[in-house]
Amino acid sequence: MSTNPVERQQGFGGGSHQVLTFVLGNETYGVDILRVQEIRGWSAVTKIPHAPVHVLGVLNLRGSIVPIVDLRMRFALERVEYTAITVIIVMSVNTPAGRRDFGVVVDGVSDVVDVNSAEVKPAPELGSRSATDYIRGLVSVSERMVVLLDIDRLIGRDLALSTGIDGEEAPAASAAA
Amino acid sequence: MTVDLTQFHDAFFEESFEALDAMEAALLKLDVGSPEPELINTIFRVAHSIKGGSATFGFSEIASFTHSLETLLDELRSGTMPVTVALSDLLLKSVDVMRAMLRAVQAKQPIDSQRVSDLQFDLEVAIAHKSEAEPAAATPAGAAWIVAAESAAGGAAPAAQQAPRWRIRFHPYRELLARGNDPLRMLRELAALGELAVRVDAQMLPALAEVNPQDCYLAWSLELPGEVPEDAIRQVFEWAEGDCDLSIERLPGEQALPAGAQDAPTPVQATPAPVSAAPPASAQHGAHPPPAPAPASPAPAKPEAPVSALGDSGSIRVSVEKIDELMNTVGELVITQAMLSQLGSHFDGPDAEKLRAGLGQLERNMRELQESVMRVRMLPITFVFSRFPRMVRDLAQRLGKQIELKLTGEQTELDKTVLEKIGDPLVHLVRNSIDHGIESPEARIAAGKPAEGTVHLDACHRGGNIAVEVSDDGGGLDRDRILAKARARGLVGPNDTLTDPEIHELIFVPGFSTAEKTTDLSGRGVGMDVVRRNVKELGGKIELKSEPGRGSRFIITLPLTLAIVDGQSVAVGTETYIVPLISIVESMQLKATGITRLSGHSEVLSFRGDYLPIIRLHELFGVEPRSRALHEGLVVVAEGDGRRVGLFVDDLLGQQQVVIKSLEANYGHIEGVSGATILGDGSVALILDVPGLIRAASMRTAA
Repeated sequence: MSTNPVERQQGFGGGSHQVLTFVLGNETYGVDILRVQEIRGWSAVTKIPHAPVHVLGVLNLRGSIVPIVDLRMRFALERVEYTAITVIIVMSVNTPAGRRDFGVVVDGVSDVVDVNSAEVKPAPELGSRSATDYIRGLVSVSERMVVLLDIDRLIGRDLALSTGIDGEEAPAASAAA
Repeated sequence: MTVDLTQFHDAFFEESFEALDAMEAALLKLDVGSPEPELINTIFRVAHSIKGGSATFGFSEIASFTHSLETLLDELRSGTMPVTVALSDLLLKSVDVMRAMLRAVQAKQPIDSQRVSDLQFDLEVAIAHKSEAEPAAATPAGAAWIVAAESAAGGAAPAAQQAPRWRIRFHPYRELLARGNDPLRMLRELAALGELAVRVDAQMLPALAEVNPQDCYLAWSLELPGEVPEDAIRQVFEWAEGDCDLSIERLPGEQALPAGAQDAPTPVQATPAPVSAAPPASAQHGAHPPPAPAPASPAPAKPEAPVSALGDSGSIRVSVEKIDELMNTVGELVITQAMLSQLGSHFDGPDAEKLRAGLGQLERNMRELQESVMRVRMLPITFVFSRFPRMVRDLAQRLGKQIELKLTGEQTELDKTVLEKIGDPLVHLVRNSIDHGIESPEARIAAGKPAEGTVHLDACHRGGNIAVEVSDDGGGLDRDRILAKARARGLVGPNDTLTDPEIHELIFVPGFSTAEKTTDLSGRGVGMDVVRRNVKELGGKIELKSEPGRGSRFIITLPLTLAIVDGQSVAVGTETYIVPLISIVESMQLKATGITRLSGHSEVLSFRGDYLPIIRLHELFGVEPRSRALHEGLVVVAEGDGRRVGLFVDDLLGQQQVVIKSLEANYGHIEGVSGATILGDGSVALILDVPGLIRAASMRTAA
């Protein structure tokens, strides 16, 4: 196992970097490709009690137990049936309690694109700041607008809130990747 | 050439703590009067390496303290100072202080310098006392610069010059002292190897005003007889490697110190440094400032010295993370193998039999692999037991009791995680045994027992579990007093009679014991409920056997590992949950009439004369069940924290050992769930935590 790419901050400063784009409803979103662990097809999850609605449950990802978040529900979009082309993107977030892996359910993965940091425009501020602070910026890729997400803010904080982080991670699953 | 030393801090702390444990153990074994040289060497080595390390890392307070300690130990080592009880107490206290200092430095917190300097003062007083006791050796330590009983001037035995000799050129760098090395000590060690000829080169010594007392300005040329093994010589300089120029060459006979003139053109006597020439007669102790009467003892123990003590038995240090990773991968393999086996059983055709044979082989190999990997995490329980000799000694002293501690089964291995958590409960039990169990010597003699009481710690494997036993030959539980207390507190009716197990149960009642803490109730006391809770959290149980006047025994049974649990799979709707077998009392089907409703919604069932609340898992976890009618499903009677409840589930599926996976690694804690596991088909099942479930359920009803 090489040094984990996650250690490198998903900085948008300087030069260009690669972004994985995916579709959710009518929008295209992008995340730093270095955060992506794997892409897998939809499979049934095990529900967890008392979880926020958008946390669907947990999956076995090669030995570690990984929570699955439905991004449609997170963004309060209309729900759709999970089908054979529904995709789970497994990513790493940095939380105050350290690195955590989680999967997001999206409609479909589109592409890996190069994004030049200079072309990233800040998201317009409308209404409350907190509603959009997980958006790193907007960028136009072949005539389409891609919303770049800050997954640490989007998910990391969610996880931290829903779990009441305690520093004591049980040893069993911590080392998988 | 700056190296970031902080990267070595962790290793230094870890090694130092281990070394201190070794030092403590050696101190406890040390016989007053006739100390074993090897033990003293061990103790000395610990002090020395901590001193060296802390000086290197710039922990000056530790270095300074250990320096004083080392000076004292050196006196012990050379036999000029007898080992007394007071002295060994002092040394034990030094271990504590060093531990505290290391911890403080590790946590980047200030050192309790008052405590340190107090003890350092005591150490120095002890050293000073020694010199008073031996006026012959009154050479002040500071002035102990050595000059040789050296051939050219003094004329040592000419015979030695005929034989081959070692010539050692030892030229320390200035910072040698700051690195925690003491040339004086090294010379003494060399002197112990054989007849040592020393010539000092004081050429570099500046004028007194310019002398920095922390720098080393001297260099030496030394000669030793040829029969001394080269390794032994190199060992002396081992610690100074990199801090000095060192050359060791073998001279054939006939030419002892011919180069002396070049090496030390400045006559020693002419240097301003305080120098005292030792009489040539004491040639073999020439490097020994106080002409010690018993110099022979340290010598034989030297060659094998660095090996023992730190338990360097061909082991390697591996981070727990790596082992967990390995365990994880093996766990995955087990699941894959289970899937293949399931698949293989459906195959037909000419090669199906071969396939199944291969799969069977794979399964056996897998199991062995899993066991081996589990064993990597296992450590002998002596890691926990080793803290007791000191504790027992201190407590016995304080309480004026005579207590012998017997340890058996120290090599019994158990999982590191279990090991870390069993320490506190054991400390508690041992402390109770000493405090409340063992009587005073007078009372013991009056009862016809030997004045010295025994506390026995034993560990052994017992059918997939490990049993740890704390027993004593003290007075046992005083049932009348316990009963009286229980009656007074209304725990027991005034006319109820209780069996022994029921009485023993009382001491585990929360608050029962703590309330008695300050009284002289001989029943064991403080926080037995906490002990029991800790043991239960580890998935174990605690039993108590007591005989009045003969003593009592606490038997703790623990699982070998926390990584695996025996579980009962239950189905609720489409979900599967695992209930640990240890918390299940019984499973049963209810009749429609067996349920009582209290105030509308909370349901209770009658079970062996008790009424147990029913927890509907589907309600608590928000799952759609197959049936909501209690008599159509099953009720699992489970126990947690001393309370029993009925868990309503749809069905029981089967019993199996499951590997516990953390939910907290990527998600977080869920009330009522202790973890998750991966089933044979690769899906995830949650493992229930019965005490947590009870808490969660009572919070719901309260809300």
